[in-house]
Amino acid sequence: MQSLLRRLASDYGMLAVLILLGVVFSVLTLQEQSATGDTAARRVAASIRRQVPGAARVLVAVRPTPEDGILAESLRREIVAAGMDVAAVVQGEPRDVRAALNKVVASGSRLDAVAATERTASWLVLSDIQEIFPTLGAPPIFVPETYRWPTFLKSDNLLNIANQIAVIAIMAIGMTMVIITGGIDLSVGSLAALSAVMATRLIREQCGGMEASTAGMVFACATAIAVCGLLGGLSGTLITLFGIPPFIVTLAMMLVASGLAYIASAGQSIYQIPESFVWLGRGTGLFGLPHAVVLMLLLYAAAHVLMAQTILGRYLYAVGGNREAARLSGVPVRRVLLVAYVACGLLAGLGGVIMASQLKSGSPTYGNMYELYVIAAVVVGGTALSGGEGKILGTLIGAFIIAVIQNGMNLTNIESYTQKVVLGLVILAAVLVDKVRHR
Amino acid sequence: MSGAPAARRPASRLPPTGTPLLVMRGITKSFPGVQALRGVDLDVHPGEVLALLGENGAGKSTLMKVLGGAHTADAGVLELDGLKVAFRSPQEARVAGIAVIHQEFNLVPGLTAAENIFLGQESTRAGFVPRGEERRRAAELFRRLGAAIDLDTPCSRLTTAQQQLVEIARALARDARIIVMDEPTAALTAAEVSRLFEIIRDLTARGIAVIYISHRLDEIFALADRVVVLRDGRNVGARSRAGLGRTELIEMMVGRTLAEEYPRRNITLGPPRLAVTGLCRGRAVRDVSFTVRAGEILALAGLVGAGRTETLRLIFGADTRHAGEIILDGCRLDIRSPRDAIAAGIGLLTEDRKLQGLVLGHSVRENFALPNLGRFARFGFVDGRLEREACGRHVETLRIKVPHQEEQARNLSGGNQQKVVLAKWLERDCEVLFFDEPTRGIDVGARHEIYLLMNALAARGKAIVMVSSELPELLGLADRIVVMHDGRITGEIINGPTVTQEEVMRLAMA
Repeated sequence: MQSLLRRLASDYGMLAVLILLGVVFSVLTLQEQSATGDTAARRVAASIRRQVPGAARVLVAVRPTPEDGILAESLRREIVAAGMDVAAVVQGEPRDVRAALNKVVASGSRLDAVAATERTASWLVLSDIQEIFPTLGAPPIFVPETYRWPTFLKSDNLLNIANQIAVIAIMAIGMTMVIITGGIDLSVGSLAALSAVMATRLIREQCGGMEASTAGMVFACATAIAVCGLLGGLSGTLITLFGIPPFIVTLAMMLVASGLAYIASAGQSIYQIPESFVWLGRGTGLFGLPHAVVLMLLLYAAAHVLMAQTILGRYLYAVGGNREAARLSGVPVRRVLLVAYVACGLLAGLGGVIMASQLKSGSPTYGNMYELYVIAAVVVGGTALSGGEGKILGTLIGAFIIAVIQNGMNLTNIESYTQKVVLGLVILAAVLVDKVRHR
Repeated sequence: MSGAPAARRPASRLPPTGTPLLVMRGITKSFPGVQALRGVDLDVHPGEVLALLGENGAGKSTLMKVLGGAHTADAGVLELDGLKVAFRSPQEARVAGIAVIHQEFNLVPGLTAAENIFLGQESTRAGFVPRGEERRRAAELFRRLGAAIDLDTPCSRLTTAQQQLVEIARALARDARIIVMDEPTAALTAAEVSRLFEIIRDLTARGIAVIYISHRLDEIFALADRVVVLRDGRNVGARSRAGLGRTELIEMMVGRTLAEEYPRRNITLGPPRLAVTGLCRGRAVRDVSFTVRAGEILALAGLVGAGRTETLRLIFGADTRHAGEIILDGCRLDIRSPRDAIAAGIGLLTEDRKLQGLVLGHSVRENFALPNLGRFARFGFVDGRLEREACGRHVETLRIKVPHQEEQARNLSGGNQQKVVLAKWLERDCEVLFFDEPTRGIDVGARHEIYLLMNALAARGKAIVMVSSELPELLGLADRIVVMHDGRITGEIINGPTVTQEEVMRLAMA
């Protein structure tokens, strides 16, 4: 049991780093948050009823942000449910609130309370409401409760992190397999761009453009992904048949694929695709998780099983650990390498399709420099570039570490140029920590 | 190929006396999970050849690593010329005059022989390396070693034997006062071994002490002045070579009497199982044909480079055949890769188990399972329990000494590593097994176990072909000896009590 725990700690040690980063950013972003959910709205409505007996008309005043918009909707629902009337819902600037209050005064009706947010309540038009609109009486202002919670840990933010990293994480699965065999694939970013361009162009031209059916879109995406798989297979063939180093072959492929993407799109962004195309990239479903995140989790589960439990997984590790010994033990080395590069190509293609879905367009500029982030995720996750060892779930942790750092830096308002420096240093530090641990 | 011992040292030469050059007292060293040295004492006199013997795991390598500065002892004292020393790095030990030639070479494959010899101790002038002088000194060293090695060839393209000579030249270039040689003759021809012995004698005549580690008892008896035996991390005895018997020596190493060094066999041979005809591959293998019967141990004998390993690799599909047929149990096999050979029931234990036989970074279990995954899997999914059980069975039967199956292969001793390799093929129940240098770098006790295993396999009707550079081993085990020279078969000898090493050697050099 003890040795099992020790091995787990050794294989997934970067999880500690991820948790540490989470703690650090949680502490750094700890601040007063306004509740925005239905419960908060209900409580506001309830406290209005309690404190202002016979209350009948309420004005809702929020800022024009999406979050406040949701709150406004909740407030309206709850106020009506509590048996009161909503005088108006103002989602705007102070002058809009002033205008609404003027209307109320002009119409001569009462105003018993104002439901606002922490921010809007501090607007002069509301905080001095008694002075500015003396005829309204003194309608009290109610705000949702606040609570202290790290912005980092808000569910919106966490889902955002997952969604942001989903594409890179998915591509990193294939990269992990390739690196475990002792190779590398620099072409994944370009393949993603090519895939995005191909998929959108096929939709625009072969499948009906804006009127494309679901089947048409699926066909286009499948074709794009398959082509990327073929290109991955081409890389793999050149590597295994002619013994050219993977670095060179995939570097060349990176340039070729990028060029093809620009040719196929004539350098433009392709956007004539139906709205429903964003289902994969922007849609949410299961437990409120974005579809891309669900796909990411499913693929990682499948990949973990493949690497840990199947013959193919063992062969991948063996080829990376000692290719000649593997060959002399009957491992079909060429076939195994080919599978790794094809898988990497397919997943890069899938990444491109997801990006196209997220951005509702395909452009040859997508995926620029992605290969570096993908490789970083693999390496930070504990897989050695020399091959023969490494865990798929480690890559997931590595991808999240990168995403958490970027997100955390955004939340703490670190300037974007500085962010790049920090990210590079952190990747170095993570690998250093890993080396020291294994000494 | 060693075996013919060079002339013994003259008996009139007195054993070394006087102040020891080196004294190691109470050296203790432990690693996580293993106590490697328990208070070892050792002293070395100037000008003597001290043989250090012991089973794998007895502590010889660790002791030499402590001496060479690669490890620091947990306890104990090192004295050089009566002065206490403590080495914090191999460089410090080298500067103090201790050179260690390791069993695995420490050469940089891409550099030439001359560059490797002076690596780390280039005498530079204003940052520039005096190439001409280096070449001159390197040529001189090689001349003394009797080696015809091109100074400008990168070491990766030298043969194993030639690389060994570069290593020895490297130690000699450092004017060491104590040279430790760890299994130096593993890949040398008999002629080269003789020359090495001459050099060692030359060095000792000049007061340099040589600590000689080898499992080849013939060499020990030919060369050493004194013998020290380690067992389980302790020094169990130092004897002068004069008057020391072979059996007594083996007993000290193993801690028990070995009834016979090469277990005897009474096996009736069955019908021919493996028949190869006309095997060809360039200059390495030229028209090789032989047959192996059920229950037979066939030995391929010859000098380094005769084509023995190449022949085995050809049959196994590791290299492409240019011509030739392979017939197993009457069926013609179309072998184009190791995968085909393995599927047909042939297994190969390679000459170099670390580079070709094992994935050192993986566990014992993973290495064992690699050619056998199909047996433990259903629909491509490996059943971990079946795998662990099978591995456990072999660990027990072969007596592989590991704390658990997840131990990394690189942490095992040579003998245990070889057993893991053997377990791989035993699980497949191969019908034909090729053993290429099965006991290289393995101590007497483990060797005996491997011989017993080979005999047991033969008794079950398998066909076994072995390649060995040690004539005593060949003569002790084989039923028939096929001798090769320069890619061709020069002769076949049916083994018996009257067969001599000289007979084999003659055919090997024909």
